[in-house]
Amino acid sequence: MLACSQLGRVLPPPASRFLLADVSLELARGEVIAVVGPSGSGKSTLLRLLNRLDEPTNGTVLLNGTDVRTLPPRELRRRVGIVMQRAYLFPGTVAENVIFGPRQHGRMIPSTEIDDLLTHVGLSGFATRDVLTLSGGEAQRVAIMRALVNNPEVLLLDEPTSALDDAARLGVQSLLESLIRERHLTCVWVTHSIEQARVMADKVLALESGRVSAYGSAAEVLRA
Amino acid sequence: MLNHFFHSQIALGIAECVVTALLALAVMLLARRRAPGLLKELPVAELRGVVQIVLVGAVLAFMLRGPQWTSLLVLAGMMLAAANIVRKRAKHIPRAYMQALISICTGAGIVLAIMIFFGVIPLTVAMLVPVGSMVIANTMNTQSLFLDRLRGEVTSHVGEIESALALGASADAALLPYLNTAFRACLIPSIDNIRSLGIVWIPGIMAGMVLSGASPLFAALYQFVVLTMIFSSSALACFVSSHLATSRIFTAQEQLVLR
Repeated sequence: MLACSQLGRVLPPPASRFLLADVSLELARGEVIAVVGPSGSGKSTLLRLLNRLDEPTNGTVLLNGTDVRTLPPRELRRRVGIVMQRAYLFPGTVAENVIFGPRQHGRMIPSTEIDDLLTHVGLSGFATRDVLTLSGGEAQRVAIMRALVNNPEVLLLDEPTSALDDAARLGVQSLLESLIRERHLTCVWVTHSIEQARVMADKVLALESGRVSAYGSAAEVLRA
Repeated sequence: MLNHFFHSQIALGIAECVVTALLALAVMLLARRRAPGLLKELPVAELRGVVQIVLVGAVLAFMLRGPQWTSLLVLAGMMLAAANIVRKRAKHIPRAYMQALISICTGAGIVLAIMIFFGVIPLTVAMLVPVGSMVIANTMNTQSLFLDRLRGEVTSHVGEIESALALGASADAALLPYLNTAFRACLIPSIDNIRSLGIVWIPGIMAGMVLSGASPLFAALYQFVVLTMIFSSSALACFVSSHLATSRIFTAQEQLVLR
């Protein structure tokens, strides 16, 4: 489904500092890989290379066997969605945020379907709410639905609960876990929580200072 | 009073310059605790300003005797200089010089050409250079404001812009709300100038025309003409600049580079 080999990124001069080097991984359909490591170890950088928000300077990323550099960036980003640490909702209503992705390629979504989608993330009746009135947890639920409505083949999760308070974190975390199980989502999940990795992940990739320190099945890596 | 002591126009002009320069220095001396640095800067700025404007006056005096088309060369030189000033203001934006040059040349160039065509600005050095320079200078200011605001908008909305890209939006679509904000903001001073014309200020060109004997009514109408020209030129330049912005703020792969 998603694979990368020898993936890396070096900042251009004058910084010329490497952010990530020699990352290789393979992910089958429906698998979840947890990416763990301390702050600054390159976890977010890895995700940004997978959907080409940043350009890799080394290595390749394959999506269903196709080098992602041969895909138009917009198509790649629809097929490899991302939920970031913060929701970054656009000004307007919840519904406008949800239909943003499909609207970019001319797909319309009927309002009854938007209501159904919102019910899935526990936001029934929120369609016409202004995003400024949402709590952090609600905003992140909208961001999750906004990414999923594009029907991505792979979902990248960049610590989507790290900016939330404890109560909201538990809610969003269990929402993500149930969405992943129900929809058999293929996920790359950046997390600080070993416990979360143990519960959800089939594989674990541990990063340290931009390099892979461990990679394997969750059972193998987390036992070590 | 000065005209009792100085009888030639030039001597009187120099005396007037000295009096106003000393007045400005006296004011800064009075307020020196507010900004001690400005007190040192002011004499240099005054000296520089007077030398520059006298040189321009001398060049104008020389050109008035030569062929009229030389005024177009002067305006072209002004546009090059204006683009360079905008570049310094917008140094975080890659290749800002060409962006500013193309925008200013298109905005000011097209508006001035139309005005010359209709005879609103006669193709004479005495009219084209001062009016053209006003249009170019104001277009330059608006262009600086536009790029500075755009940079501010983009760098404070990196998350939103990258979220839009990540959802499959084009770079143009991701940038659009911030381009619109910058466009609107940079044109506010120009619109307010037109709106407040006559009530809050009577600009220099009208004062100059009345002083040199033109009918106040004609001078008033012409002032409106000049300010509206400035608005058209500024808006057109920013419109062109907004179309050139995406390719400078994003890579060909629609990755945000300005952050």
